[in-house]
Amino acid sequence: MTETATVDALLTLDGLRKAYPGVVANDNVSFEIKPGEVHALLGENGAGKSTLVKMIYGLVKPDQGSMVLNGEPFAPANPAAARASGVAMVFQHFSLFDALNVAENISLGMDNPPHPRELAARIREVSQAYGLPLDPDRVVGDLSAGERQRVEIIRCLLQDPKLLIMDEPTSVLTPQEVEILFHTLRKLTAEGTAILYISHKLEEIRALCEHATILRHGQVVDTCDPREESARDLAEMMVGSTLHVPSRETVEPGEVVLVVDKLDLKSATEFGTDLKQVHLEVRAGEVLGIGGVAGNGQDELLGALSGEALAPGAITLKGEDVGHLGPNARRERGLLTAPEERLGHSAAPDMSLTENALLTGAVRENLTQRGFLKWHATEDFARKIIKDFDVRTPGPDNAARSLSGGNLQKFVIGREVLQRPDVLVVNQPTWGVDASAAADIRQALLDLAHHGAALIVISQDLDELMEVADRFTALNEGHLAAPVPTRGLTVEDIGLMMGGMAEDAV
Amino acid sequence: MIRLEKRPSPSRFWAGITPILAVIATMIVGGVMFWFLGKDPLEAIRTIFWDPLFHETFGPYSRPQLLVKAAPLILIAIGLSLGFRAGIWNIGAEGQYIVGAICGAGMGLAFYPTESVLIFPAMVLAGAFGGWAWAMIPGILKTKFGTNEILVSLMLVYVAESWLASVSQGLLRNPDGMGFPGSRNFKDFPAAHNAEIFANSGMHWGVVTAFIAVIFAYVLLSRHMLGFQVRLTGEAPRAARFAGVNPTRLVLFCLGISGALAGMAGMFEATGPASQISIDFNSGYGFTAIIVAFLGRLNPIGILLAGLLMALTYIGGELAQLMLGLPAAAIQMFQGMLLFFLLAMDVLSNYRIRLTRKEATT
Amino acid sequence: MNLDQINPILLIASLMVAATPILLAAIGEAVVEKAGVLNLGVEGMMITGAVVGFAIGVNSGSPVLGFVAAAIAGAALSMLFGFLVLYLLSNQVATGLGLTLFGLGLSSLIGKPYEGMKVPTLAKWDIPLLSDIPVLGPILFNHDPMVYVSLGLVAVVWYVQKSTRAGLILRAVGENHDAAHALGYKVIRVRLMAIAFGGACAGLGGAYVSLVRVPQWVEGMTAGAGWIALAIVVFASWRPWRVLLGAYLFGGITVLQLNLQAAGVAIPVEYLSMSPYIITILVLVVISTRGKHGAPGSLGRIFHASH
Repeated sequence: MTETATVDALLTLDGLRKAYPGVVANDNVSFEIKPGEVHALLGENGAGKSTLVKMIYGLVKPDQGSMVLNGEPFAPANPAAARASGVAMVFQHFSLFDALNVAENISLGMDNPPHPRELAARIREVSQAYGLPLDPDRVVGDLSAGERQRVEIIRCLLQDPKLLIMDEPTSVLTPQEVEILFHTLRKLTAEGTAILYISHKLEEIRALCEHATILRHGQVVDTCDPREESARDLAEMMVGSTLHVPSRETVEPGEVVLVVDKLDLKSATEFGTDLKQVHLEVRAGEVLGIGGVAGNGQDELLGALSGEALAPGAITLKGEDVGHLGPNARRERGLLTAPEERLGHSAAPDMSLTENALLTGAVRENLTQRGFLKWHATEDFARKIIKDFDVRTPGPDNAARSLSGGNLQKFVIGREVLQRPDVLVVNQPTWGVDASAAADIRQALLDLAHHGAALIVISQDLDELMEVADRFTALNEGHLAAPVPTRGLTVEDIGLMMGGMAEDAV
Repeated sequence: MIRLEKRPSPSRFWAGITPILAVIATMIVGGVMFWFLGKDPLEAIRTIFWDPLFHETFGPYSRPQLLVKAAPLILIAIGLSLGFRAGIWNIGAEGQYIVGAICGAGMGLAFYPTESVLIFPAMVLAGAFGGWAWAMIPGILKTKFGTNEILVSLMLVYVAESWLASVSQGLLRNPDGMGFPGSRNFKDFPAAHNAEIFANSGMHWGVVTAFIAVIFAYVLLSRHMLGFQVRLTGEAPRAARFAGVNPTRLVLFCLGISGALAGMAGMFEATGPASQISIDFNSGYGFTAIIVAFLGRLNPIGILLAGLLMALTYIGGELAQLMLGLPAAAIQMFQGMLLFFLLAMDVLSNYRIRLTRKEATT
Repeated sequence: MNLDQINPILLIASLMVAATPILLAAIGEAVVEKAGVLNLGVEGMMITGAVVGFAIGVNSGSPVLGFVAAAIAGAALSMLFGFLVLYLLSNQVATGLGLTLFGLGLSSLIGKPYEGMKVPTLAKWDIPLLSDIPVLGPILFNHDPMVYVSLGLVAVVWYVQKSTRAGLILRAVGENHDAAHALGYKVIRVRLMAIAFGGACAGLGGAYVSLVRVPQWVEGMTAGAGWIALAIVVFASWRPWRVLLGAYLFGGITVLQLNLQAAGVAIPVEYLSMSPYIITILVLVVISTRGKHGAPGSLGRIFHASH
């Protein structure tokens, strides 16, 4: 691990350490990246990948350690300095401006942008050259997730970077789009650009990368050539223990409990996706998996099912039309949901866990009496969730935001599961959750289905869907493909469904 | 370098202590301000905060005044705090106060000189209705069209002031008043007069209503589903929708209740301490109540204390004007300063302050 | 009643004068909001600008110095707001309200000795030749310099936002402060500058009321102009030329109702004087039915760079 910097290394990290109050994000991290290689940075959520790349990109300053870029000491004071030295970064979130157009977005990421007209021409030119077509005049908010990512990549490419950092780039792409991206990346490496590729998707890393550095708890625990390891070995290096794969017993699906028919819904947000003629059915004891790239109507579908958006006549629960009913009336009838965003949607960040238990539990758990709150009963319910779902927290008085992502998600899922739903709809149940909590959550969902509940799992994690779902379908631009059995599905089929060409696939 | 670090949970300790710190800081800076105005700072502070309560000569007069001044502030601030908690910003309580006063007083004057025990309760209802209706305008515009309630409720203050000028010279003008603007004096109309319940106590029906409102709000917020929904909407609007809160109904509830309380406050004031509707019977309580609501941390008990404190600064301010020649505006500024210090110190309850080495910050 | 007394040329010319304070305040606030900050303290900054401008105008005998002082006072007061919301992360709505209440108190404290005094006002520019053009001359080319300054400000703000890098950064910070921070832009510094600009503009607007429009010091004389400026920013969907349009529309209504009052129309004075506020409400309603188009994405949100 303390190899000395060889002359041919592009970037050498030596003993980097960064601590935040209460947590050491990175400790003694050392490795090197060579020109023209795709170097994977592998690790679970919270392993310290983000902090590490933020140090390389000048957003965070290391407490200790040093970096050498092209033989020169490298300590960028800010992202502009990093960019000036030839380091570019494609972010996972947060770095585009919806109301501005493509050219303005790209210009903001450059230090010395050319004149707007010239910039537009260069955007067209570069985007064609790398097979990522993009119109500089379009407003970014109207673009698909894949196109948005192109904006970021083009923004980086216009700077001729020596090192391109990519943070979870494929989480927003269909398999076909992933192929296009890989093609672009290979082209770049052939021209000598090094790529630091952050992911926890093992198959991708095996397909793309020549070197992998594996982080756990902020430290480098291993390095390898991912092409020579199995996905399982990589996963075990990453997690540090043998993985627990959720077990499931297949049950014969029962009656149809939930029917969504001809659901048209206008998105409530300016840059959202409208649902178009969505049709689906779920049976008791069955898990329906809904895949798709983020921003294709997932939030809207969940909102339509939860009752946050009304859809009169389009939703039938156990033979009763519930489309015109609000969230609590639906809960009363057994339709429960858990949205994607934990902080601020499925839970109120600044409120205590007891209050958050009340948030959805009031009706089914009988936590009110003529409008007055039964705080003792509510606290007992919160304690039960904490105990049954192994939520790590000092107690139910703590604010929701004091919990880690995984623990809060366990609390949210537990809150719904313990209310014995007939139908449970979850969106991204394990997003940003560490592997062991994710496994627990999946197990809880499978157990619930086993006991006869109908489940809809909306997720962007295809591996997760393959693991839990009996049938699979995907959302594309607000359309839902016809569901097909999960068993025997190929990546090809899935990709076509996610790309909206399901009719040809089935 | 100073850096702020978000606390995992808001600190109850700091939330409780910051209003006190804000008052102390305001006294210090206010003292400096008085000193610049050529007054003895200690004497000025003592005149404002101590003399109204404990001075041998003024105390007996000003102690009852404390209740008289605090009642409308508390009543309005309680209503406002419900909305503020839910992120609904009714800034036009002054307008609702005026309209409530016009409606309530108008109801009474319509029956002049009938003497019936039913008149006063009818006036209370009319006052509440007037304030409620005035607040429903921004409420309905917000829920129907998404119009910003801050601006609409505020514009309506100016409309209400013009209307007040109109009625006090027209519709409600005292027919026996020889053409002077202003309504009949309610002291001459016992059935409609909001008189003191016990002589020289300052205790009138508005004070009683204010205390009831404090208890009502306390129970609502801590024990009732509706109060929980109000808090949830303010903390996390999306989570509130998810929890089944109907945003339209909540907006109308919050605006309606704050309007009704402000309207009642106006009615009690016009028919009691002010004793007539006149162009300038309103004295900005609707705006000062905003300070009271924040100073009380949007908590009913806090508002009760803050209302009394603010009433004290009013009375003390008048006393200081009388005794020391301190300009009336100085007190208004003093009150504004108090709000600033409070907002500035709020940071302590949500964030920890850390001193860090300069190069380690981002 | 005598409607013949109303001279349309003078009406339009005085419309520009009536609109100028609101235009100045609104164009400043539009920039502040474009940067993602909602400052509800416009009224407070205006009234402070009015009193400081008046006081300095009286003491120095120079209205120009008065305007300069008013801009500085407005900016200084806005920095108080900026410090609270940007560094102490206080709620923008509450802090803005606080600023207004504070400004009202501060202004009446400063203004007490100046009540009833006279102040040298700005001379009109009689622009040679142009002001002699019939109809257009008296409407457009016979005003005091501040009218042209306000128009120039609108043009500058429009140009900077649309065509310069600084304007792009300003819009980016207001649209998504996290993204702007991630790209290495100084969110707080940009916002602080925008707030100072907004404060200076509000101060100028206030001074225009006390030094030109009235010209006198009367307590609370801005009478809600700051709030109307806020409404006009919403009306304008944050676009500079529409701010101009909104301010002139409002100025037109104000002048018209004053003229009607003077002409003795059979509508009670009180109803005429409430009309600008009612019309502002109606305009807000019409605008809001169109939805929230153009509102900066981060408007009113607290920015705290965690890591």
